[in-house]
Formats: sequence, C-alpha cells, structure tokens
Amino acid sequence: MLELQNICFDVDENSKTKGILKDINLTLDDNRFIVVTGPNGGGKSTLAKIIAGVETPSSGRILWNGEDITRMSVTDRAKSGISYAFQQPVRFKGITVFDLIQLATGKQINVDKACEYLSEVGLCAKDYIRREVNASLSGGELKRIEIATVMARNTPLTIFDEPEAGIDLWSFQNLIQVFEKLHQQNHGTILIISHQERILNIADEIIMIADGQLRDRGPRETMLSKIFGDIDVPEGCGCKFYEKQKN
Amino acid sequence: MDEIRLQLLKEVAGLHEIPEGAYNIRENGKSIGRQSTDEIEIVPIQDGSGLNIYVKPGTKKKSLHIPVIISQSGLTEIVYNNFYVGDDCDVTIIAGCGIHNGGSADSRHDGIHSFFIGKNSRVKYVEKHYGMGDGNGERIMNPETVIEMGENSYMEMETVQIKGVDSTVRKTHAKLEAGAKIVITERLMTHGKQRAESYFDVSLDGADSGANLISRAVAKDASYQKFVSKIIGNTSCSGHSECDAIIMDQAKIEAVPELTANSTEAALIHEAAIGKIAGDQITKLMTLGLTEAEAEEKIVEGFLR
Repeated sequence: MLELQNICFDVDENSKTKGILKDINLTLDDNRFIVVTGPNGGGKSTLAKIIAGVETPSSGRILWNGEDITRMSVTDRAKSGISYAFQQPVRFKGITVFDLIQLATGKQINVDKACEYLSEVGLCAKDYIRREVNASLSGGELKRIEIATVMARNTPLTIFDEPEAGIDLWSFQNLIQVFEKLHQQNHGTILIISHQERILNIADEIIMIADGQLRDRGPRETMLSKIFGDIDVPEGCGCKFYEKQKN
Repeated sequence: MDEIRLQLLKEVAGLHEIPEGAYNIRENGKSIGRQSTDEIEIVPIQDGSGLNIYVKPGTKKKSLHIPVIISQSGLTEIVYNNFYVGDDCDVTIIAGCGIHNGGSADSRHDGIHSFFIGKNSRVKYVEKHYGMGDGNGERIMNPETVIEMGENSYMEMETVQIKGVDSTVRKTHAKLEAGAKIVITERLMTHGKQRAESYFDVSLDGADSGANLISRAVAKDASYQKFVSKIIGNTSCSGHSECDAIIMDQAKIEAVPELTANSTEAALIHEAAIGKIAGDQITKLMTLGLTEAEAEEKIVEGFLR
C-alpha cells in the first residue's frame, strides 16, 4: 500500500514560490488499476515523479508498505518494488533494447526471454532486440520498449506517465490492448497518468488532480459520470472533460 | 605462456592460444612465433624493424594476427608493417599492442602500418591498444596507419583504446581510388592524466569513393583528448565524419572536423558533439535499480561498444 501524506511540492518561479502540489493526501491499495487525470499543468506528472523518487517533495511523507520512503533514492525505491515509465522515453547511444530489458529484470536473461517482453507490447521482437535505444526508433516504438522494460521488472507498483503522449493512433490502439492485458493479468498496482478516455474506461479507480490539488476520486463508473455526465462539476478546475460537458 | 603475456594477447587480439592461419607475435622487440600460409606470406624486414605481408590475389575468408606485446619496462621501439593485399581478396587482420609496464622507465611502441589494397578487395582491420602494470613508467603508443585503396576496394577499420595507455598520438591517412569505400570506427577512453590525440585525413580521389569516420570517445578525470578529422573530396564522392564524446569530471576534449571540397560533386558532412552524460539517462537506469555509479558505467560501456 502506498500512502501520500500532506505532500507539497514547490518551485521557485521569478523569485516567487509556486506550489505545484498542494497538500496531497492519497492512499493507493494493492493490486488496483488507477488512472490519475486532470488538466495539463495540474501536477499529475510531478506526483508520479515524487512517487518514483525522481523529485523530492518540499514537505509531507510517502509511506510504502508502512516504510517512510520520502527521502529514499530512485535506486532504492526501484529496488523496493516501484517502477516508473517515463513520459518521454530516454534514448541511449550504444545501449540496445536487449540490454535495457536485461537491466530491468536485474538478472542475466536470454534473448528468447527478452523477446517475450517485447512481444507483450506488440513489437516483433527479432526486429528490435539488437537495436540501439536511440533516435532511429519512432516515438511509438520507444514508448512500447519503455513499457516492456517496466513490465520486465514486474514490481508491486508500476507508474506510467502519460503513455499516450507522442504516439500515433495505431500505436495508441496497441497500447490500450497492452494495458487491458496488464489489467487482466493483475500485475500489482498500476498507476497511469492519462487524459485518454479509453484508458479511463479500463480503470478500477479514477483520481482527479487539478491546480496541484486532489479534486476528486472514486470508482470508474462514478467518476466517469462526473466527468462526462455533468454532475458535481468542480468550479474552475479547467479539466477538458468537464469543460467539454459544460460547453 | 606466462600470465601477463596471455592477458595482453587476450586484450589486444582476443587470443587465448596460438591462432589459426597466419600470424606473427612480437614480444619485447622480437618475434616469438610466426606462421605464413599458402595465401598469406609474412616476410621479416631484414633489420628486424617490421614485416612485409603479402596476401595473394583472390584470398578469401582468411585471417592474420599480428599482435605486439611489451612487458619489458623502458623498451622503446618503432615497427613498420607493410600489408600488400592483392586484388579480389577478403581478409581480416587483427593487430594491436599491449604494454605491461611494471617499472619506472617509460615503455613505448610506435607502429606504422601501411596498407596497399588491391582492386575489389575487402579488408577488415582491427587494432586494439591496451596498457597494464603498476609501475611509474608511462605506457606510450603511437600508431600510424597509411592506407592506399585500389578501385572498388572496401576497408573497415576498427580501432580501440579503452584502458591503460598514458599517452597516444594516433594518425590515419587514407587515399581512395574510384569506387573505394572506407569505414573507420574509433573508440577511445582516457582517464587519470592520460592524453590521446587522433588525427584522420582521408583523400577521396576517385569517382564514387566514400568515407565514414566515426569516433566515440569518453574522457574521465583530468584526461585530455583531441580529435581532428579531415576529409578532402576531389571528385564525385561522399564523406562523413562524426565525433561523439562524453566528457566527465575535469577532462578536456577538442574536436576539430575539417572538410575540403575540391569538386561540386563532393558531398561532405561532419558532425561533432561533446557533452556530459544526460541526467535523464542516469535517472532512467536508476529507476531500473542501478546506482548512479552503475548507471554511469553502463552508459559509458554502451557508448563505447
């Protein structure tokens, strides 16, 4: 179980302190498929980074299975069972797809095993396994490789930061299938930052974050009716789903 | 073979035992083993300063190993090896030098390799340099490669220096006739106070000749590297040079790409990029459970592969 207690994250902007996350309190139960949504600039990606340890909160506490991991390094969080898929997958000169997947598993694996992970994300493994994770790969390919690496880790908590960002419609279609499969296979808790209705549609639970604050959360059906059914619309949240309904 | 000799041979030529095919192993200024074959003849130059190597026309899928090892501290040598590769050949040549310096005097090897490659021949040339030993004396290697490529010939040259060489000045000169192509890949890592300078000059003299020079370099600690690449296009030809370098700690790197087009049909490109390891690369590997130091090591290892 992951608990965020009074999490704040501030940045300096033109010599003034700007709150990106404001007193977030959140508990994520085990083995849930959770989607965090809300308007751009609302703090969703920052929240994901804070859970992964890529950013450190200005105040508040993060408890992971009861242990305080607030000051824990990215490495130690990864070792403790938290995986994080970047919104913009990182490119490497010289590191191959196989290298990355092997590093993700944390052990020596053979090519067949690595290919299994690539096949899971809809890539024809033989075409990719020896390729460098560099600019010769398209955004969609990189995104699926990124997802394959976090799946290879098979950790109790996996965070995907806007997996749909920067990929074409065809790749997105495949991505949805991957997440549907992940959901069915029950790969621990999956936390996805997303705007996409089709991803919201497969969530167990939806969390709404806007203006750095947790605005709402609930089961998919309830939240979808709020988002698309024009009920209990939070004033001024700016969320495109709400605005869509209002207009 | 003793342990030092074995390790040096393994590092520079991938040898665990006496190789198959033609070979010459030079240790501390003398040949300690030589074998010619029907296709590849190795003839020592009379004053002992090197070898003339003749590859018969039409020789296919054969290899030649000519490693040099120095384990005697303070030894300085200049070696001239000349490779005469006949027409229509396809051969692999593994060279390289390993120095073990356990003393206080400098050990130095200057190797001048000249290639005369016949028409339609393909040559793969691998040259590795490696140093070891805990003496105060420097390990110095200055390889120079001179290449003359006949019509429609192809050469792939891979040159690697990853560890243990204190000072090196590396020079490669190539002249290409019509249809000839050369691909040169250099991988260099320096650390401590090591210095490495690499100079390439390629003259594209024949129509449709082409050159691709790729350098991947990592400079750590207070080391220094300089990379100078010159491509001269004298006719319809294509040339590309790329210097990609990672700089760390207090190291310094200079990259000087130079292109000269003496024909409107010459298409020449250069790229040079020097920078530190990107922060998101380290973070990504840390999210897979590597420490920062392990992530850095893995990135460098991949970059120099």
